Amino acid sequence: MLRYVIKRLLLMIPTLFGAAVLIFLLMRTIPGDICYLRLAAGGGSVVQDVLDNCRRELGLDQPMLTQFITFIKGLVTFDFGNSMWTNRPIMEEIGLRFELSLQVAIMATLTAILIAIPLGTISAVKQNTWIDYFVRTFTIAGIAMPSFWLGILIILTILITSKAWFGVAWMPPIRYVPLWEDPWYNLSMLIWPALATGYRYSAVATRMTRSALLEVLREDYVRTARAKGLYEKLVINRHALRNALLPVVTVVGIEFAFLMGGLVVTEQVFNLNGLGKLFVESVLNHDYQMTQILVMMVVAIFAFTNFVVDIIYAWLDPRIRYSR
Amino acid sequence: MKWKTGILSLSLAAAFAVAGLAAPAAAQTPKKGGILKFVVPDEPPSFDGHRETTFALIHPIAPFYSVLIRPDPQDPADSSKFVCDICTEMPTPTDDGKTYTFKLLPGLKFHDGSDLTSKDVLATFDRIINPPEGISSARKAEFTMVESVTAPDPSTIVFKLKYPSGAFIPSLASPFHFIYSKAKLDQDPRWYEKNVMGSGPFMFDVREAGARITGKRYPNYHHKGQPYLDGFEAIFAKTQTLRVQAIRGDQAAIEFRGFPPKSRDDLVAALGKDITVQESDWNCVLIFTPNHERKPFNDVRVRRALSLAVDRWGGAPNLAKIAIVKTVGGIVFPGHPLAAKKEELTQLAGYGTDIEKSRAEARKLLKEAGVENLKFTLANRAVDQPYTIVGTWLIDQWKRAGIEVEQKAEATGPFYAQLRSGNFDVALEFNCKSVVNPLADVSKFLGSAGDQYGRFKDPALEEMHQKMNRTSDVAEQRRLMRAYEKRVLDEEAHNFISLWWYRIIPHRSYLKGWKISPSHYIGNQLDVVWIDK
Repeated sequence: MLRYVIKRLLLMIPTLFGAAVLIFLLMRTIPGDICYLRLAAGGGSVVQDVLDNCRRELGLDQPMLTQFITFIKGLVTFDFGNSMWTNRPIMEEIGLRFELSLQVAIMATLTAILIAIPLGTISAVKQNTWIDYFVRTFTIAGIAMPSFWLGILIILTILITSKAWFGVAWMPPIRYVPLWEDPWYNLSMLIWPALATGYRYSAVATRMTRSALLEVLREDYVRTARAKGLYEKLVINRHALRNALLPVVTVVGIEFAFLMGGLVVTEQVFNLNGLGKLFVESVLNHDYQMTQILVMMVVAIFAFTNFVVDIIYAWLDPRIRYSR
Repeated sequence: MKWKTGILSLSLAAAFAVAGLAAPAAAQTPKKGGILKFVVPDEPPSFDGHRETTFALIHPIAPFYSVLIRPDPQDPADSSKFVCDICTEMPTPTDDGKTYTFKLLPGLKFHDGSDLTSKDVLATFDRIINPPEGISSARKAEFTMVESVTAPDPSTIVFKLKYPSGAFIPSLASPFHFIYSKAKLDQDPRWYEKNVMGSGPFMFDVREAGARITGKRYPNYHHKGQPYLDGFEAIFAKTQTLRVQAIRGDQAAIEFRGFPPKSRDDLVAALGKDITVQESDWNCVLIFTPNHERKPFNDVRVRRALSLAVDRWGGAPNLAKIAIVKTVGGIVFPGHPLAAKKEELTQLAGYGTDIEKSRAEARKLLKEAGVENLKFTLANRAVDQPYTIVGTWLIDQWKRAGIEVEQKAEATGPFYAQLRSGNFDVALEFNCKSVVNPLADVSKFLGSAGDQYGRFKDPALEEMHQKMNRTSDVAEQRRLMRAYEKRVLDEEAHNFISLWWYRIIPHRSYLKGWKISPSHYIGNQLDVVWIDK
């Protein structure tokens, strides 16, 4: 197992390097100039020497190879530098946003798991009954409905119903306060995006749970367990569900990593100051340094999540032996 | 459907009635206390007002600073009325209009307790007019008339001009000209990019990256009794839908930039008397610019045809229902004494009231130029208000004159990359200014201007601009402005005005003392604003 863990960790290095090369080159193919955007796009003119000076300060006058080596050196030494747009340390810019994105991702994942596993299990066990049909409709709606659209509906519903019931239109807070500072305020802001994204997330996981469980329920060992006279609850929970969860864990892992940087539109709907919003802004602003670091961070999160998922596989299915 | 329209009209009438009551409301005794929450569409790249050009800096940062002079916060709609902020009175120029002497208020203090003297004002304007190497000054070009700035004693600051200029006072009143501390600038000329320390009505409190900036009341503010608010919270909210909902759900009282008519109507319908709407012509305009270096737009006949095909008078009232544009105008902010009146406008190509006649002339010009079936691409910003809406309207106008146009809307970065490289046929761009200062604002139309993308040279136009800026005789300025305007829009057809923007600010009715101005850069120090809850 230890050898496997080390091997997997080492394999992350070429993945991260490949991503670094790719994002470095891609950012430089987008037409536009951060200096012009920063100094003149708000309306106004800027003289060439000011632009040249700005490019010099940002290191954009250096040859591409030099810029790339500086970038890689920064990654290796964990010196991520400053945002080219705000000229503030990238870690400072990411800090608060990371915390928020992580909380939303955890809350959405919990929402999804709490919905998906019971619903998927019931749906499989009660296959082709009205319960199964209901769950399938519920999940198809979840997959079909974009999270941001559901988010808009949630906000409008809250505004309209609060006005109708209490006479005052209430909407969720639009600025983030950490959980430990004011739990009620924090949850009253984040519960809604967690529900909006958790619903879609749970729909995918529910369908995966259902199909995996249906497959497992037809396995010989389940038939054997039933033939032994075990309680049905025990057969489902101990023998069938645990084995059916392998693909579900994969889906949950991928979705979790996606939530850390991919909630671009949903974040804007709820005014979440998260990583997705920062991502889009940094691309639009041509903030190469920030975009590169964010991409590398998301790649690292994906790689790490996959790594954790593989470890969970081993725990769920003792037949898997990675050391071979 | 009719009853809905009826209700909406009634609600609108109610809201405007409330807006109409704004004047008596302002006469009420301001109440002290409260935190004003407002939404801002973007976060500023830095805190340095001298460097930046975006309203995203002004809205959250202006309340921390004083300026030398400013548009009257009690009457910001009057684009020619300026008052002192830290000076005692507006000076009368001496030396044939070439010397302006400002006396500073006594006992001015920065938020850190240090004295604010003329040395600080001098250091501030030195940095703006003659920035040291490595420092960007966005409005340096507006002060070409300034010969020297001196501080003969701690309470006096003197501006000496090379020639009398009507553009000087409006330029001086820019809301971006924050007064900085000389000590801080001496310590690090770039200190103000990342830090805030001024002498304005509010002291810097908190900045949360990408989320908010807050300020708290400065008790030693030089306008006694002000500010009325205990503090403010500027919340960054990128999407317009969210900003509208934030006001509806009372998470914010106002957004200072402006909403489209539909959002105003939605808020009025939802909140009734709890919302007040203020509206004004806006010192921003969408300009369509042909690339003179690209065929067939190197032919003045083709360029003129583009303007002749557009029915501004017919389009304005309809576009005003869906977009933040409304007023037909020339190159000068409508309503300003230097702006063209309707009878003067109608003499210009594309401003005639008989659109069929104009379009027939456009077709004739295109035929003469040998491009009867003209096709081109309109480069535009992928921003719906008002860019893509006006772009789509223009395409329809051109189609009616037999011109086929495709719109290519791109994000701001690639859009400007195209414009700067000259890789476009015709572009829809903007001219958005703060203090209404026509003599400076129209420099945008010069071939030599840094933000002129038409790629042409016109020495005669440059000469006209210089003459206009070197006379203090308003009648002469006006005459020269008409000639300048005719050359830009008609004779040489360098750039064309589509429609002037229209600023609509629906805000919570408990917000008092704030008055709309022709610019979203003005009126954001918040010292006269109060909350009546």
